[in-house]
This record gives sequence, C-alpha cells and structure tokens, in this order.
Amino acid sequence: MEELSISELPLGNLLSLPLWETVIIFALLVLLSWWAAGRLVAAVTAIGLGVMWMLRFQTFEIEKVPLDEWVEDSLNFLTDHFAFVTKGISKLTDVGIDYVIDGLMYFPPWLVILVFTFLAWRLAGRNVAFLTAVGLVFLWNLHLWKPTMETLTLVLFATFISVSIGVPLGVMAAISNTFYRIVMPILDFMQTMPAFVYLIPAIPFFGLGAVSAIFATVVFAVPPSIRFTCLGIKQVPAELIEAADAFGSTQTQKLLKLQLPLAVPTMMAGVNQTIMLALSMVVIAAMIGAGGLGGEVWKAIQRLKSGMGFEAGLAIVILAMILDRITQKIAKGHKV
Amino acid sequence: MDKIKITNISKIFGPQPALALQLLNQGLGKEEIFNQTGQAVGLANISFEVQEGEIMVVMGLSGSGKSTLLRCLNRLIDPSQGQVFIDGVDITTLDHEALLALRRQKFGMVFQHFALFPHRNILHNVEYGLEIQGMEVDKRREKARQSLKLVGLEGWEDAMPRQLSGGMQQRVGLARALAVEPDILLMDEAFSALDPLIRGDMQSELLQLQERVRKTIVFITHDLDEALNIGSRVVLMKDGKVVQIGTPEDIISQPADDYVKRFVENVDKSRVLTAHAVMVWPRLLASPQDEPAQVLANMAEENLSSLVVVNADQTLAGIVRMETLTQAIERGDKTLENSIEREVPTVTAKEPLKGLISILATWPLSLPVIDKQRKLLGIVVKGMILSALAKRGNH
Ligand SMILES: Nc1ncnc2c1ncn2[C@@H]1O[C@H](COP(=O)(O)OP(=O)(O)OP(=O)(O)O)[C@@H](O)[C@H]1O
Ligand SMILES: [Mg+2]
Repeated sequence: MEELSISELPLGNLLSLPLWETVIIFALLVLLSWWAAGRLVAAVTAIGLGVMWMLRFQTFEIEKVPLDEWVEDSLNFLTDHFAFVTKGISKLTDVGIDYVIDGLMYFPPWLVILVFTFLAWRLAGRNVAFLTAVGLVFLWNLHLWKPTMETLTLVLFATFISVSIGVPLGVMAAISNTFYRIVMPILDFMQTMPAFVYLIPAIPFFGLGAVSAIFATVVFAVPPSIRFTCLGIKQVPAELIEAADAFGSTQTQKLLKLQLPLAVPTMMAGVNQTIMLALSMVVIAAMIGAGGLGGEVWKAIQRLKSGMGFEAGLAIVILAMILDRITQKIAKGHKV
Repeated sequence: MDKIKITNISKIFGPQPALALQLLNQGLGKEEIFNQTGQAVGLANISFEVQEGEIMVVMGLSGSGKSTLLRCLNRLIDPSQGQVFIDGVDITTLDHEALLALRRQKFGMVFQHFALFPHRNILHNVEYGLEIQGMEVDKRREKARQSLKLVGLEGWEDAMPRQLSGGMQQRVGLARALAVEPDILLMDEAFSALDPLIRGDMQSELLQLQERVRKTIVFITHDLDEALNIGSRVVLMKDGKVVQIGTPEDIISQPADDYVKRFVENVDKSRVLTAHAVMVWPRLLASPQDEPAQVLANMAEENLSSLVVVNADQTLAGIVRMETLTQAIERGDKTLENSIEREVPTVTAKEPLKGLISILATWPLSLPVIDKQRKLLGIVVKGMILSALAKRGNH
C-alpha cells in the first residue's frame, strides 16, 4: 500500500496550472482523442480528465489489485478438482512419448538418418534431403543424437496437438464473426505473454517433465495454426464462394470442397510457424525437466560451459532448418 | 405461365432498409436517398416477366444494378421488398433448405471472371453442380463429359483451369452451368472479359447452343451491341430502375428517353434494324390483268420507272419495267401477263439492313418484302435505308 496524490502523477504539474490554461489543454486533449480515436474515446477522455481535476488535491490509499491471488486461487481450485484427470493424461502421454523416443533410439542412427533423408526427399526434393542427411550426421557426430531425437519427438507431439486444436478453431473463427472477435484478442494475449509463464501452472497439472513442456508449448504454439487456418479460409475469393452458393452448396460442402482445399497452402505456412514456435518453446521447457537439446543448453548454462552450450544451440538451429525447409516446401507444393 | 416473374423488387444496401424503402416509395431518387440516409439503392421497384425459352438481356451502365437484379433471381442477394416467382412459386418465402434445393434444380450461373475452382481440373469443375446434388461418381462424370462436348472442349478434361485461355475458361464456366441441366441460365457479363473477336464467337455459339438446349436465359451486359445481338428482349436499366423493356428493334427504333437514345447512338444499326423498320407500302401497284397502256400512264404520272405487280390474293407476281411495257404496247398485249419479270429478289421482314444493303447493291429496282405465303408486305428502295441510318444516327 502506498500513499499517493493525483498531483504527484506525471500529469500532476498539469493539474496545478491556472484554470483557464487547464481548460484549454483539456479541450485540446479531448479533441485530439476525438480526431484520433472517435467520439467514444473522446468522451471517456473528457470524463477521465474531469474526474482527475475534481480529485486533484485529495490523497488516497490505493490498494494493489490482488490479481496474483485471484489467479492462484482459481488455479488451486482447478488443480484440487481436476489434477487427477490431467495427471492421468500426463501418465498416458508420457508413456506414448517414451515409446516414440525408445523406438527412435532402438534403431541405429544411420538407419534413422536414412529414413529421414528419404522422407525429406519425397516431401521436399533433393536439396532438402541433402541438408537433412548432412545435418543429422553432423548431430550424430557431436554426440547429440539422443537429445535431438527427444526434442524432435516433443516438437512433433506438440505440433500434432496444436494443429488438431488449431484447425477446427480456425475454421470456426472463419465462419463465425462473433467467434472471430472473441478468439483473436485471446490469441494476441497468449502470444504476448512471456512463454515462461505457462510453465508454472503446467507443473501442478501435469507434473515435472515432458508433458508439462508439451502443454506449455501447445499454448504457445497454437495461435499461428488458428490464425493461418482462418486467414486461408477467408482469403478464398468471394467470386468462388458465390459460384459455390449459386450451385446450392451447403456450408459443409463449401468448406470441404472449396475453402479448405484452397486454404491448404496458407494452413501449411501456419504449421511451419507452429513448428518453429514449438521448437523454441521446447528448449525453454527444459527448465521444467523436458530434457532434449534444451536440457543440454540448460546444463551448459549451469556449468558455464560455453563450448557445450554452442554445440547444443547449433544442433537446435540445424533441426529448425530441416523442419522449416521441409514444411515450407510442402506449403509451396500445394500452391494452386 | 411466365418462367420468371418479378414484381416490384427493390434492394437497399444499408443497415436500415425500411427507412430508405419508405423514401423510395415516396418517389425519391437514388441520389437523394443516399444523401438523406447514407444507404445505396441497388434496385428500385422493378417488375417484368421472362418467358420460357427466351433470352432476356439486362443492360445498363456500371452501377445500374444489373448484377444485383440477377442475384435476386436466385436469392444470392435477398431483395428488400417485392416478389420473385419462378414457375409460379414465390421464392422470397422459401426457407434455406428449399432455397438450396431450388438453386440445385433450376439454376445454372456463369460469371464474368469465370469463377472456376483453381484446385479442380476441368472435368471436376464441370461436375461440381452434380456433385453437390449428390449424384454418383460415374454418372456425373459422364454428364460432365457430355456437357464439355456441348461447348466443344472434349479432350481438355484433365487440364487445370489456369492452363486454358479466357475463352476456353468461359466455355468451361458455361459447361459447368449446363451440366446440371438447369431450366434457367443466369449469365453475369459472361463475355465481358473476353476480347472482341472471341466475344463475337461466343455470342453466336451461345445462340446456336440455345437452338438445341432451349433454356430460359437471363443475360447481363453493359454492351448494347451484345444485347441487341443475342437478346430476344432487352431490359434497359439506369440507377436501379427500368428505363425500357422491348425487342432489340423497339429499343433502336423507339428509344424511350434520352438515356436510351445516347446508348443507341453508337450502335451498328445495320445489324439490328430489319426490313420491317424501313419498308413502305408502294404508292402504286399493278395487277396482272391491268392494261399496259394504262399502267404506263400511271407510272409516268408518279414518275416511276418500275412497278410491283401483285395477284388478286395480294401475293407477289413480280415487277414490270417501263421499257418492257413500251414493248408490250407495241406488241398490242391486252394484259401485263407477258411483261412481268417473275424472278426478282425478295426478302422477309426480318432481314437485317446489312442483308438489304448487299442485295440493293446489285438490284436497282424496289425490293419487295414478303411473308411466308409470298404476300406482299411492302417494298424497300435504296434511298430509304440510307435515310433510316442517317436519321437515327443524328440524335
Ligand atoms: N454489397 C453492396 N453494398 C453496398 N452497395 C452495393 C453492394 N452491391 C452493390 N451495391 C450498389 O448497388 C448498385 C448496383 O450495383 P451492381 O453491382 O448491381 O451494378 P452493376 O450494374 O452490376 O454494375 P457493373 O456493370 O459495374 O457490374 C451500385 O450503386 C453499387 O454501389
Ligand atoms: Mg455487375
């Protein structure tokens, strides 16, 4: 709690000016906000300034809004009542992730590299296949094979979940204007909030480790999936929509036969962004025990070993490049 | 029964159509209503009917409401007031399901910029309407192929739209609309994006196609030549209102007001005006039983060098010339029978001026206009055509 008088605020000087000067300055401020932001904002400005003027020499005790307590209380409530569900999901997912990592580690790295190179060749052509082969062999050589596979698995899990959530929400946002207006500010909020913050509430729900990391990653990486799906659908030319309507298409037919197919390239660009965000988040998530390449970086920081940190960081860059090129090529290949 | 009948349709674009409609029904114009309410009048109290098998052309300058009118017919745009009857059913009262069913069964639509689906090949574009109807794959592919054949695009089934020229793309658009075997074809400036030569070809192909498929067609254009070329009747629009409805000939020969006159000024009239518009009834006629000397005297009085001869039932017998009459008198003929030149060129009332001009280039006498029974309807002489063209060109 602090003692505060409005005249101590930055605007305070203004408020102790003679009356007529203040009136002129207030009027200018109101006009300015009218010009810049319309009638409503101007009215709010006028009222705000008026109230400040009336209260200018009063002293208040302003209490901090206990936002932190509210958030914690509601999180506590949720964990108390739902943690057993989320912990269950967590166990299951953990098992799944372990299976995939164990599976990848079961085969000798050269075989896995061969398979990935082949996939890259089929999906994205020769150049990307070459990049994939060289990059992965280099990572193997750096003795970073296992953490690379762990990170890759986490990224793919997080991406898969993000896309499965993001595409339906994106479609809904494209169809319903109300939904669009509700969802977009939430997405802005989700993306602007520092990513670390999501890690904290993840732990009581999912425990330390990979699943919490994936949860936080999904929260962070799902917005581009939603946005780009929505954008892709809204970009379909009005004339084509009209043609589909003229033939008596239902909303669903229009979506499946016209809008989604035409939105694919844009949606793939969204998937690409989701993967990149997931990769950056998975590294941050090492702080809550997600392991992988992020874990290596984290270890290097704690032991102040810059060489080791550089190697792990470079590994992340290589992985990012491979994933980026493959998804970009898929997106371009779909161009109509 | 009328295939399409619209009664008193208006469309207001804006948040408070009721207010604007009130002003509109008080007789205010588009501009005044916009100034008072900030709302755009798309259509103002339009009524007309389209008969089955007719090509109704709607024309007017940009912004006159043509597209809006067309879209009211299948309710891609809902009119703010008035009714649209298709086969006697008021479609403004249909619910969403019934409306979709109506669009599937009765309408095919062709768009100015083709609006082909870029991710589907030609065949899949053409079968779209049938696919929406839920027809099974084999059947609809077969129908789509037939439809492509109709527009002369066999062999292009697997191409993608972007690989085709504009003219070909619009044929695909036409095939897509025809594939569903609609009763009514709606064509919004379907040929406007094509260059003039292709455009002319498409117009005549549409007319040929229409001979075979006999659809009811509502065709939008802002080009009078096109309107007059393909329209059975023409609706001329201005500022959301109908200015004139009539056959191409009516529009050319009796423009309703200055707006229409200005449109008509630049049109190639020789293609549109027909013998009907320029023919006259001859001042003097002869019958085969007339006496040559008497006929010659009449001709001299009227200062004519030839005369049309009709039988008692008004059918055309032929033409007599001054020279042959003089010979007949010398021979002592009692009737015209031996002097009539029976092999003369004739035309029907529908013959366009272009045709008349080319005949009259080699035929120096009056040109008889006859009907199917060879009954004389009137005559055309060279000077009349020139004066008709000159007169209507001078407004
Ligand atoms: N969605 C809309 N919102 C507001 N006004 C509209 C809308 N659609 C059309 N209008 C107005 O209605 C009038 C008629 O438009 P319409 O598109 O029917 O004209 P048009 O005759 O087809 O013109 P063009 O030859 O340019 O296609 C125009 O004045 C236009 O500004
Ligand atoms: Mg238009």
